[in-house]
Amino acid sequence: MVEQVAAAAALADVVRRSRLRLLAFLAAGAQDVAGAEDALADAVRAALEAWPETGVPRQPEAWLLTAARRRLIDAARQRRVRRLAEPILGADGEAVEAAEMPDEFPDERLKLLFVCAYPALDPAVRPALMLQVVLGLDAARIAPAYLARPATVGQRLSRAKQKIRDAGIPFEIPRPAEWPARLRAVLEAVYAAYGHGWEADALSGGGRLAQEAVQLGRLLVELMPDEPEAMGLLALMLHGQARQAARRDARGAYVPLSEQDCARWSQPMIGEAERWLDRASRAGRLGTFQLEAAIQSVHARRLRDGRTDWASIALLYEGLVRIAPSAGARVGHAAAIARLHGAAAGWDYLQPLAALGEAGYQPYWALAAELLAELRRGDEAAEAYARAIALSDDPAVREFLRARAARGGVALS
Amino acid sequence: MRYSILIHESPEDFEARTDPAQQAELWDGVGRYLRALHEAGVFVGGAGLQPPATATRLLLRDGRRVIQDGPYPDTKEQLGGLFLIEVPNLDVALEWAGRFPQRPGQVVEVRPTLPGD
Repeated sequence: MVEQVAAAAALADVVRRSRLRLLAFLAAGAQDVAGAEDALADAVRAALEAWPETGVPRQPEAWLLTAARRRLIDAARQRRVRRLAEPILGADGEAVEAAEMPDEFPDERLKLLFVCAYPALDPAVRPALMLQVVLGLDAARIAPAYLARPATVGQRLSRAKQKIRDAGIPFEIPRPAEWPARLRAVLEAVYAAYGHGWEADALSGGGRLAQEAVQLGRLLVELMPDEPEAMGLLALMLHGQARQAARRDARGAYVPLSEQDCARWSQPMIGEAERWLDRASRAGRLGTFQLEAAIQSVHARRLRDGRTDWASIALLYEGLVRIAPSAGARVGHAAAIARLHGAAAGWDYLQPLAALGEAGYQPYWALAAELLAELRRGDEAAEAYARAIALSDDPAVREFLRARAARGGVALS
Repeated sequence: MRYSILIHESPEDFEARTDPAQQAELWDGVGRYLRALHEAGVFVGGAGLQPPATATRLLLRDGRRVIQDGPYPDTKEQLGGLFLIEVPNLDVALEWAGRFPQRPGQVVEVRPTLPGD
């Protein structure tokens, strides 16, 4: 009994520390994520049975790796796909014995990240792949982020893994010419995982899924220590997380950034975000995630002097719109202009973006409603509020918008 | 790994093959592409297909084979030709697919073939 508890604890510890490195190494060898996951799970089960009897091996990682590789070979044989088995078979076609296992095996985690964000995979499934493959979350944990049933998410994930195996998606570090675009895909998948997690957390009142995405961000800067955009992304997510507690008041009502109580922001997280952004800026390669993080950094300064520097924010948004005119950047720019020069000036910036509104982009309508109310164009404001409310998934946000309309004297039908 | 590069074409693309104004450029492009595949040693096989009007379909109805004229009538793009290539992975396959002299109406699809022994 004592042996069992000790062995299980030792195993849990190895799995926590080494799961991703083991999985990445196995997956790169077999060019198969799903097969590597199954093989590793089998190896862990085998360890749970064997270790209480034999004692915890001297090199527990090597033990798991050997056991998992045997299972990969067996599975490959059973599927009679020799192409898969060849890279993991020894010269004589036999499994490598435990005694020959290296203490250190190559770190293939970065390759696995690039595989999860490979261009030929559906962009919508990449964030979920990151959460599942890289962090080991199960489909039930990820499903809320997609507002979907666990079975649906599980199916989409296994389809993606099947494509990784059968379409020959390479486990390679992208070539220099492709690096910027491929890195961008990895960063975007992680940021989407954060965004999905953030929404799911807001709806469920939890706060765990966004935190998991921040873990992905930490892994990115660990594996790519020279990439300022990876640092920018981490800083951006940390700024978001720092405000977690301030987003709801005591009654659970939604509180917009401009009305948040800064005392409820996490100073340590803001400090960490600032350090990453500072390090990123020293690389001298500006990018969208650094600009987005810099905007949040200006907001965070309200903690120090109680005011928001809208001129700096407008300038940063202008830079963002120039290098990447995304919907978020353009609406954010219009909002900053409105704060700086008044509602009429903001409306001038927002009006040309009407196509975003027609496409159902909620932030467009939320800002339009506010500006039109301020401009005393009541009927149009009412229409904009109605559309913003209809496009909000979060009941707390809908309630906030209704209250805001009432406060601005806008009568909703 | 072995991949097929499938060229799906619109009716206009099929017509361009015999249109004197476009013909030469079209076939030159395909010829150059084919030579590049050969020179790189990745070419396994392939064929250009006659227009869909020449197609005959076999169907099973109530367990009996029925022969019908023509391709699937409700899809606009039809298979116009294919190349089989042998390359290390999808990255390289996509690179080759990207080098095909694609016309605006054409869709180029890359699919791995089933592994054989």
